[in-house]
Amino acid sequence: MTASSERPRTLAEKVWDDHLVKQGEDGTPDLIYIDLHLVHEVTSPQAFDGLRMAGRPVRRPDLTIATEDHNTPTLDIDKPIADLTSRTQIETLRRNAAEFGIRLHSLGDKEQGIVHVVGPQLGLTMPGITVVCGDSHTSTHGAFGAMAFGIGTSEVEHVLATQTLPLKPFKTMAINVEGTLRPGVTAKDIILAVIAKIGTGGGQGYVLEYRGSAIRALSMDGRMTICNMSIEAGARAGMVAPDETTFAYLKGRAHAPEGEDWDAAVEYWKTLPSDEGAEFDAEVFIDADALEPFVTWGTNPGQGVSLSDTVPDPATIDDQHERAAAERALEYMDLRPGVPLKEIKVDAVFMGSCTNSRIEDLRAFASIVAGKRKADGVRVMVVPGSARVRLEAEAEGLDKVFEAFGAEWRFAGCSMCLGMNPDQLAPGERCASTSNRNFEGRQGKGGRTHLVSPLVAAATAIRGTLSSPWDLEQAVTEAEAK
Amino acid sequence: MEKISTVTGVAVPLRRSNVDTDQIIPAVFLKRVTKTGFDDALFHGWRQDPEFILNQPAYQGASVLVAGPDFGTGSSREHAVWALRDYGFQVVISSRFGDIFRGNAGKQGLLAALVAYEDIERIWEVVEAEPGMPVTVDLVERTVSAGELTVPFEIDDYTRWRLLEGLDDIGLTLREEEAIAEFEQHRAAWRPTTLPIREPAEAGN
Ligand code: SF4
Repeated sequence: MTASSERPRTLAEKVWDDHLVKQGEDGTPDLIYIDLHLVHEVTSPQAFDGLRMAGRPVRRPDLTIATEDHNTPTLDIDKPIADLTSRTQIETLRRNAAEFGIRLHSLGDKEQGIVHVVGPQLGLTMPGITVVCGDSHTSTHGAFGAMAFGIGTSEVEHVLATQTLPLKPFKTMAINVEGTLRPGVTAKDIILAVIAKIGTGGGQGYVLEYRGSAIRALSMDGRMTICNMSIEAGARAGMVAPDETTFAYLKGRAHAPEGEDWDAAVEYWKTLPSDEGAEFDAEVFIDADALEPFVTWGTNPGQGVSLSDTVPDPATIDDQHERAAAERALEYMDLRPGVPLKEIKVDAVFMGSCTNSRIEDLRAFASIVAGKRKADGVRVMVVPGSARVRLEAEAEGLDKVFEAFGAEWRFAGCSMCLGMNPDQLAPGERCASTSNRNFEGRQGKGGRTHLVSPLVAAATAIRGTLSSPWDLEQAVTEAEAK
Repeated sequence: MEKISTVTGVAVPLRRSNVDTDQIIPAVFLKRVTKTGFDDALFHGWRQDPEFILNQPAYQGASVLVAGPDFGTGSSREHAVWALRDYGFQVVISSRFGDIFRGNAGKQGLLAALVAYEDIERIWEVVEAEPGMPVTVDLVERTVSAGELTVPFEIDDYTRWRLLEGLDDIGLTLREEEAIAEFEQHRAAWRPTTLPIREPAEAGN
């Protein structure tokens, strides 16, 4: 990527070029300026400690913001955290934030929540900026047309100290999703289909740009769901070009620009979409009309199929590594080839995580479960992405809908997305989850995860087996026919 | 990061090969929230044995570790370098290092000196004959001297320069201070700032 303005450029190239502090020479990396640094308790302690050892300050506390999410409980949030390691991490973040002058939203604060829900909600995430965080799902913020990616602890220290990162340019891949989604099919199904198509390593070395009419038609919450999971395809980042939907979402948010700054920003943001004729290093096409509700059957996010399918037979997979992986996955998931996915019973439904815990996700889930009762023996947890989302949901009465349905309505955090806090699956338990990783033990040791959309999670909670909203309608029609 | 040009100190002959990062620091210590204070974690398993070389009085206060081939292989944990450094080692000598370990060492100011295996055996013999004797590692001349013995070591020019100048990754970037400050001067007013804290203009989400 170079700063030449004659050549048509992609969105990613434009953002890159506009953050070039120093162009690398002879194979040395470019030095890239970071506009926004998000911090949480897991990956920051050693970074702050490193600063302390070297006697270095945080260069730009005013471009840095911290929150507590991974280790926080979602019940009894006013009590001390029971697990010692978790409590130490949280307390360390609080001390570090105070010492280095960093804004922190702690448990109990109305802006506390999953770091990737908090940034956009405050209007801090915006088009044309660079965003980093010591967390791989930082790709979420690319939904605004920002260049956003996860970094390691030593890079966290680097950004704290210098507000820059030495980086090698990425390649670009266009993911074209054309057509119209059928009712019941959502952003989550698009991204699960993309990952199933290109594989968990397919995006390696690339920044993905999601394009096409089906993407344009999505809300910001939907676009965030898609960009969130770019990392599951191996990509460093995912992006969507900013448009009127983006601007409307940002307008009036706490940290969105105002007055003349707003006008200047919008003018610039409109120049960001990839130029006509800009070349991508790779291209992928997805037909939105043909998509169905999707579900994963295995132990990586690429092992997914349409919910109307059956559990695949590893014997039909040509690639020997993939075949072996599928065999292992089926064993772990305790599934047999050929079984219709809709016959698979679940023990739990998890509605939450930075993939699907924003207000629209909760509304979607509520729209299906309203006035119904959950299936017997299924535990249903609904966890808002941030304290603010929780308040908003309660203002709309969604909490009442969830409680009447028999679901547990929790406080904000990462919750059952990963086994780092008290919300975990027991060994052998099977869960339909709106989160982003179905790795072995991700939701608790021995737990089995099926990744799904909020609508599929809701229908599954009602029927007790993996189901989509289509199955509910069918049930209604059948009942009426009788 | 401290500049290094010569290190003179007690050398420990660690007659073991394939010392992986799990041996250097076991996984249980990775839960800590600090980047320092890992001295007790170094070779934690082996140190339970009173006969282990680091437990012998002659080798207290050592700063040079002379190990067998394939030192620092295995998991990429940066903690391995922190533990060696916190214990007081400034130099590790081996005839072959794990790649990631060697990279991490250079970034954290630990000199990983590559010495031919025959020469390592000669160093072992010299220091074992007189436990606790000091050796000198000269980064300028790229040599290790123990008593009458002087042998060469290898290190790539870039890492050597960084160690001589005392530059970690951050230090290197901070040399671009002017360019960074210049960039910040032109940062548009609409770009986000987290401070001062602002409330939303309108009610709602
Ligand atoms: S919700 Fe899950 S994926 Fe997202 S930041 Fe938390 S742990 Fe990571």
